[in-house]
Amino acid sequence: MQDIANLKELAEKAKEVRRLIIQMIAEANSGHPGGSLSMTDIITTLYFSIMNHRPANPAWEKRDRFVLSKGHACPAFYAVLALCGYFPVSELMNLRKLGSMLQGHPDRKVTPGVDFSTGSLGQGISAACGMALAGKIDKKNYRVYAIIGDGESQEGQVWEAAMSAAHYKLDNLCAFLDFNKLQIDGEVEKIMNIEPVVDKWKAFGWNTLRIDGHSIEQIIEAVGIAHKTKGKPTMIVADTIKGKGVSFMEGRVGFHGVAPTREQEQQALSELR
Amino acid sequence: MAEMVATRDAYGKALIKFGKMYPEMVVLDADTSSSTRTQWFYNEFPERFFNFGISEANMIGYAAGLSTCGKIPVVSTFACFGSGRVFEQVKISVCWPRLNVKIVVTHAGVSVGEDGASHQAVDDINLMRVLPNMTVIVPADGIETEKAIQYALENYGPFYIRLGRLKLPLVFDDNYEFVLGRMSTLRQGKDATIIACGLMINESIKASQILSDRGIEVRILNASSIKPIDKEAIILAAKETGVIITAEEHSIIGGLGSAVSEVLSTNLPCPVEMVGIADTFGQSGNPEELLKLFKIDADAIVEAVVRGMGRKGY
Repeated sequence: MQDIANLKELAEKAKEVRRLIIQMIAEANSGHPGGSLSMTDIITTLYFSIMNHRPANPAWEKRDRFVLSKGHACPAFYAVLALCGYFPVSELMNLRKLGSMLQGHPDRKVTPGVDFSTGSLGQGISAACGMALAGKIDKKNYRVYAIIGDGESQEGQVWEAAMSAAHYKLDNLCAFLDFNKLQIDGEVEKIMNIEPVVDKWKAFGWNTLRIDGHSIEQIIEAVGIAHKTKGKPTMIVADTIKGKGVSFMEGRVGFHGVAPTREQEQQALSELR
Repeated sequence: MAEMVATRDAYGKALIKFGKMYPEMVVLDADTSSSTRTQWFYNEFPERFFNFGISEANMIGYAAGLSTCGKIPVVSTFACFGSGRVFEQVKISVCWPRLNVKIVVTHAGVSVGEDGASHQAVDDINLMRVLPNMTVIVPADGIETEKAIQYALENYGPFYIRLGRLKLPLVFDDNYEFVLGRMSTLRQGKDATIIACGLMINESIKASQILSDRGIEVRILNASSIKPIDKEAIILAAKETGVIITAEEHSIIGGLGSAVSEVLSTNLPCPVEMVGIADTFGQSGNPEELLKLFKIDADAIVEAVVRGMGRKGY
């Protein structure tokens, strides 16, 4: 995979990903735009600037692994995979359709480039830890990346995984918390507060950083710190805006799992030019 | 008198044997390793053993992740924690992606004894059987345990292997060949067929001797392979003996009896008597007392055979 080093180019790529997210969810008339848009800069930067992977050979043993633990945000994941060349971009318009390789939540059996099946929150992060542990056992150099959600952080399994990754010193694991502050029923803070979340990850033994999840520069810098950190996994708490990039979706819980109308799609695309 | 071996002890030995043959095998446990015997593997291969403490859900996730990287994770805990406790993790992280994870649980059923209801898995066959891609095996003795573990290691995909705590007489010898989806005939008979699994095989053999003394000759089929199940053997038994008695250390809801009934009702309806635990939780007691209390011992099987034979031909 040819890395994009230029920050402006990466930002353009992220914008392209956002356009595709809007288009595919509108076409499917179902899906989760809010949490896809909030993590777009993170996943775009990972796949186009950080991760070592070969789209022509998704099973390449030495590849870095990625687990989208907040599986409902897969439109962003699928758009990035398509733009990387794992499958044609035109395939994105089959999202959530009968027989599609792009299921409503990631299914590793049918989608090239998907390392783990997710959708039931809290489970993906444990699997990512397992991949990192396998790398440690075999003394392999690949790294494992994962993105979890803030609502997902209410799941007990996340903290079981947190405890164990520190215990096994999985410094080849770097996870992001897409902290967009909203979940289906409302504000995370009001539904079930997860703060102080940085302190929690620190207390569980992780190297913990807090960044602006829409700053590509900060994302790259934080991953660089994770890479250099020995003996500890890294959690990058990324402050993000749900629906980022589309004015009428930003900070709006109503767009957690609701597709834009065709009219809204056009408006969103015009904003994302 | 046959040699007495606990299936969990056979499992512990098998882990060491196959650990040498399969370098990709890793063993995971959740603070039950001294009881499940995975500690024996740890003693031989400490670098390939991982104790997760008391966090079963996370352990299943690790197993799934490890398997995507070519490892063969063998995951152990007590049956109650390795099934219901982690049902959703097994469903979504293991069975849906059809990963190469082997879940081997011990202390199944009420024969775990004194620990009582919280530790007595009597619903796990039901839970694991309903999951697509899952293979469910309940070995009858120590020899079949080793063969089943070997089979699971040699064949890709999720397995749930259910073992017990108690020592049981060996039913098979070393020449026994485990074939997935095939029931072995332990005794021939024309009057009725007992289809059993796990420690109920031993109770069935005892029951067959009591029945034989009364002039009733039963066939005994070992249904160690609960899923896939041997449809042909079940249909043949129904044709040839006219009545089926199922026996399992499990709820009568959703277990072996249900699996057998599903085959019969859609192929060759025939009277079925189910020996199993009624719709109830377990309780403390010694294993023998509990098998008697829950009517899952040789006497209960004898009664069920007589009752079933009375229904023949209706």
